[in-house]
Amino acid sequence: MSASILLENKDKFAELQQTIDEYKDKEGPLMPIMHKAQEIFGYLPIEVQEYIAEALDIPVSDIYGVATFYSQFTLKPQGKYTIGVCMGTACYVKGSQAILDELIKELDIKPGDTTEDYNFTLEATRCLGACGLAPVIMINDDVYGRLVPSDIKGIIDKYRNR
Amino acid sequence: MEFFRSHVLICGGTGCHSSGSADVMETFKAELAKNNLENEVKLVQTGCFGLCAVGPVVIVYPEGAFYSRVSVEDVSRIVSEHLLKGRIVTDLLYHDSIHEDEAIKSLNEVDFYKKQKRLALRNCGVIDPENIDEYIAFDGYKALGKVLLEMTPEETIDIIKASGLRGRGGAGFPTGVKWEFTAKAEGDKKYVCCNADEGDPGAFMDRSVLEGDPHSVLEAMAIAGYAIGADQGYIYVRAEYPIAVKRLTIAIGQAREAGLLGKNIFGTDFSFDLELRLGAGAFVCGEETALMASIEGRRGEPRPRPPFPAVKGLFGKPTLLNNVETYANIPQIILNGPEWFQTIGTEKSKGTKVFALGGKINNTGLVEVPMGTTLREIIYEIGGGIPNGKEFKAAQTGGPSGGCIPARHLDTPIDYDSLTKIGSMMGSGGLIVMDEDNCMVDIARFFLDFTVDESCGKCPPCRIGTKRMLEILDRITKGQGKEGDIEKLEELGKNIKASALCGLGQTAPNPVLSTIQYFRDEYEAHIRDKKCPAGICQALLQITIQAELCRGCGLCVKACPVDAISGERKSAHTIDQSKCIKCGACMEKCPFKAIVKG
Repeated sequence: MSASILLENKDKFAELQQTIDEYKDKEGPLMPIMHKAQEIFGYLPIEVQEYIAEALDIPVSDIYGVATFYSQFTLKPQGKYTIGVCMGTACYVKGSQAILDELIKELDIKPGDTTEDYNFTLEATRCLGACGLAPVIMINDDVYGRLVPSDIKGIIDKYRNR
Repeated sequence: MEFFRSHVLICGGTGCHSSGSADVMETFKAELAKNNLENEVKLVQTGCFGLCAVGPVVIVYPEGAFYSRVSVEDVSRIVSEHLLKGRIVTDLLYHDSIHEDEAIKSLNEVDFYKKQKRLALRNCGVIDPENIDEYIAFDGYKALGKVLLEMTPEETIDIIKASGLRGRGGAGFPTGVKWEFTAKAEGDKKYVCCNADEGDPGAFMDRSVLEGDPHSVLEAMAIAGYAIGADQGYIYVRAEYPIAVKRLTIAIGQAREAGLLGKNIFGTDFSFDLELRLGAGAFVCGEETALMASIEGRRGEPRPRPPFPAVKGLFGKPTLLNNVETYANIPQIILNGPEWFQTIGTEKSKGTKVFALGGKINNTGLVEVPMGTTLREIIYEIGGGIPNGKEFKAAQTGGPSGGCIPARHLDTPIDYDSLTKIGSMMGSGGLIVMDEDNCMVDIARFFLDFTVDESCGKCPPCRIGTKRMLEILDRITKGQGKEGDIEKLEELGKNIKASALCGLGQTAPNPVLSTIQYFRDEYEAHIRDKKCPAGICQALLQITIQAELCRGCGLCVKACPVDAISGERKSAHTIDQSKCIKCGACMEKCPFKAIVKG
């Protein structure tokens, strides 16, 4: 394991260790620990996976297997704002594809990618359960509903200027 | 006890929350303080009222005034007029909640609620989900007390069996039988699990129960624990549902504090505790064996059954797994008796079902109806019909595992068996309405795209088979369909259904097979005529300018991002089809409606 990342992120690893201590002796501790790790680091770099593997005494390949299986775990650093475009059925039949296309155009990135300034990450997400407001996007914890493509630029600009 | 002359109920479900109900709540708090009404008017944040389409929803009692689309600016008027002066602000009321003489209708007179019967949702929109006392005041934890103090585990199971309750997660397996299997299985340790991994796109029934009435699920799980002999339970909930996670966490804490979870509940020998586990965005984890693998900390891949979880489940121990809505029915069945539950519903499907109404329908939201209600009643009477005078084309039930039901089956009474008979399935309860503007081939492709993406990859029929089906559908929607494609889809679909490992793969072809069954002509139009009748599939569309309507104003030329439009000023323009990207920007700009897609 590279020593520098450990040193640079001492506090973060200390926090992770606390969570590991809390869950280590419980049944099925891996998922809650990985959720917390992603919350702390923003993503799951290989060093973090190795750290968890050592602490729980399971092969790092297992951790990697879990990290890549679930769509909410990510191995890449994310933007400051994650934009989730709901592609659930209710949103889809009400035109969410056009909303996504507009965002692709506006941010000039593909779904799953992050802008070069690490400001925005664009995701096409599963149903957010706000079907009454379809089509819906979520920017971090803010929800925007009943959208038309022409709304997009104004919304993004709000975050650009923050 | 404190006494309040008025109660203001504000919906705090995800739908209304997204429309801004949290700000409305804060503004109410501030306005009440400003007017010194804090000790006279009680503010309550409740769960979902169901009518998400007109959120944020606020109901003021004792009058029962149903305010809809309440904005922060409306709050001061409601406070100063209604709460201070007693004059209801009629122009802010939901349009269908007042009689012609402006008298207020009670909720069960409103069209949206008239035909509903709220059992699983009985406390949603009524109580504060973050306050255990309110749940207890509505007979909460009484069923648990009754079971622990007056009944044996066998008697408990007999009541659930006699009620005829079937699993609300989709397949409809008899709940009591599942309990009995798990109770009889041998093991030193057993588990009770709750499947709250509601992944079907367009379905949010379980989320609403968890957000609006979390204690009902905890109580039912404790009852199940007593019945099967388990002392530990897990709730596996989607991480995409932050409000549900928060309220469950609060509820578990309060129940522990009140001694309703933990050691020696109600002073008996029975101990039971619960833990929350979060999903991480894998649809397949709704499948029971995959869900348990995920709790154990592994990749959520299903395994072959038998052994069933009742014999060998979580951590290799006998495990009972039910869905949220199933649990929400349990306390009432215990309190009111199985005979009462038997009187609701159809012969083979007892009780009610919650549906999430979405898509092209006026009243999007959450409805709960007795089994046997027809689709027509749900869509036209409760749902208020299709917006903009459009024509109904299909209703999609069962999400990626279900099918599309055409207009001619609108009068089918909905229950587990009738829906299977017409090529769809109950599923967890998503009900998406589609109108004439939706392309059925495109919808089938949409669902296949979903399953291909969510297939865990363990078994070849699902991993490879659904991929091949998607490729064919992709081709058809791009105008490259060939004769024989429909037959190939049918054959592949049949084989995947017969050979896939788990429920995901076994049902994945349903959206394709049902749309072929009912909308074969649309497939043929795509393949033979290279036309998309609904005008959705971009590659099959041409945007053209009708020369007789075009005045040559030139607005479309400016709007076109690829310079595909040309023409002399004041004479008819034309579109160069080789350049056109079919974005439709010109159509939006044309003041004479001279540009058409087709």
